[in-house]
Amino acid sequence: MISRRNLLAGGAVTAVGALTQRATPAQAPTQAVARLEPFHGPHQAGVATAPQAHAVFVAFDLLPGTGKEGLTRLLPLLTDDAARLTQGRAALADTEPELAANPAGLTVTFGFGPGLFAAAGVKSPVAQLPAFETDKLKKQWTGGDLLVQICADDPLTVSHALRMIVKDTRSFAEVRWTQRGFRGGAPGGTQRNLMGQLDGTVNPTDLDRAVWIGDGPLRGGTTLVLRRIRMELETWDAADRTAREFTIGRRLDTGAPLTGRAEHDEPDYQRLNALGFPVIAEYAHIRRTHVADPAQRILRRPYNYDDGLSAEGKPDAGLLFASYQADVERQFVPIQRRMAEGDLLNQWVTTVGSAVFAVPAGCAPGGWIGDSLLA
Amino acid sequence: MFSRHARTTSYSPARAALLLAAVLAVGGCGASTTTSTTASSTASAASPAATAAAPAAAAGRLSITDPWVKTTKEGMTAAFGTLVNDGDADVTVTAGASPLSPKVELHEVVESGGKMVMRPKAGGFVVPAHGRLELKPGGDHIMLMGVTEEVKPGARVAFTLTVKDGAPLQFTAVGKDFAGGKEDYQPGHQG
Repeated sequence: MISRRNLLAGGAVTAVGALTQRATPAQAPTQAVARLEPFHGPHQAGVATAPQAHAVFVAFDLLPGTGKEGLTRLLPLLTDDAARLTQGRAALADTEPELAANPAGLTVTFGFGPGLFAAAGVKSPVAQLPAFETDKLKKQWTGGDLLVQICADDPLTVSHALRMIVKDTRSFAEVRWTQRGFRGGAPGGTQRNLMGQLDGTVNPTDLDRAVWIGDGPLRGGTTLVLRRIRMELETWDAADRTAREFTIGRRLDTGAPLTGRAEHDEPDYQRLNALGFPVIAEYAHIRRTHVADPAQRILRRPYNYDDGLSAEGKPDAGLLFASYQADVERQFVPIQRRMAEGDLLNQWVTTVGSAVFAVPAGCAPGGWIGDSLLA
Repeated sequence: MFSRHARTTSYSPARAALLLAAVLAVGGCGASTTTSTTASSTASAASPAATAAAPAAAAGRLSITDPWVKTTKEGMTAAFGTLVNDGDADVTVTAGASPLSPKVELHEVVESGGKMVMRPKAGGFVVPAHGRLELKPGGDHIMLMGVTEEVKPGARVAFTLTVKDGAPLQFTAVGKDFAGGKEDYQPGHQG
């Protein structure tokens, strides 16, 4: 048994969070009110937290004058906003305090890009990813000095928190990009992406080994790789169901591996079909991205994006692939490298944005996110 | 709706913009901040960096929660927060001071001749026994004139409020960007 059920058991998720996670969208207005995610703690919320229905990721570039002194004013302000809003309280100088009344499981998570560390004169614990041949990165979705990830079950809550964060950041930084996403599928289960697949079945269970950093300046923190993966839904339409399942190595309906019956059955990569070929193809997505050691697995917390249609009705849609891991180089890069070298799925997906952030540890009341790194 | 200062100070657009902001932005943060982080302590040479409360033996116990001050390059600005009186007697705040400004006044916003205007509050701020008084944009506030040093967002600014028959209340307000003070303002008819 992998994935979110274990996250709930072992993570920093409250009982309230677990309850409301089962709320259906139709129930959201009343059910979501009860969901409250703690802000203070050893780790930032929004990583191990059971994924909320809606998210926005916003990246800022620091203005030229913003250095360590500015960051030590900005980050306490943003921490204070997050601490209040996540608990259903208006931010300081909030012009719409009523919009803070329903936190809806709100989490606000901060990430520091290499540029922020450079501006502060501190050695960066993260670097941008190496280039991958399959990437077609666009500047408008790539990089960033400061990331704020805002997630809640109510999109109005997300928008209000974003508004407050942006207003308090404006004197220090400008917006580089915003990416909005939503989750689908059965509540409490693995989410479905816009290609119809269950997405995020295999996640680490021991977050202290796979996700949280155990020592050094980022102790208690983690790293986030955010990849914007465009889906070619027009050509995906042309692939029949068998081809789609062959591509991934899983069934579309249950998410079970082609060698199993249930979503969380362990795939059998050795099994051959009657013709002597592997049932899960050599270049099937799950084989290419498989990580045998659970402690090396990345924590996937993806959101779908659907940013409208061209005049011909072609969608700009895909996945905001949010991956958390203790070590980008050791855990994320090898998977991406194998995928770039060959993966049947590459025909229908293209990474068009990429960013890497250090996610500092959580803070105690009175502290601020990043204080041990920058103060 | 235009505002004007009830005093006979001269006007610049920047000042007028600040005044407008202070008047129009009704219903600000103070309305929902109920959790106090304030600790009572004896007022003395306590660090101005701490958000502190100054009990007054006779006049009740006054503290402030969520104090903040609107950022400004220079000129006028205002500070807000919620004054809380835990004591059995009303507390009257008679004056304010801050290193930021040579001239700090306790203001109210009232309707006068069909306009909302701000002016010094006669008698100061009265915080009822076991009650609170919100200082907020569009309402009672601590007005700072002649600010010469920029108030940056996230800055920590020391304030002292003089309490009638009691020890002064010292606290630190945090600088917050607030839209009104940053907007361009086209002066309308000036009284």
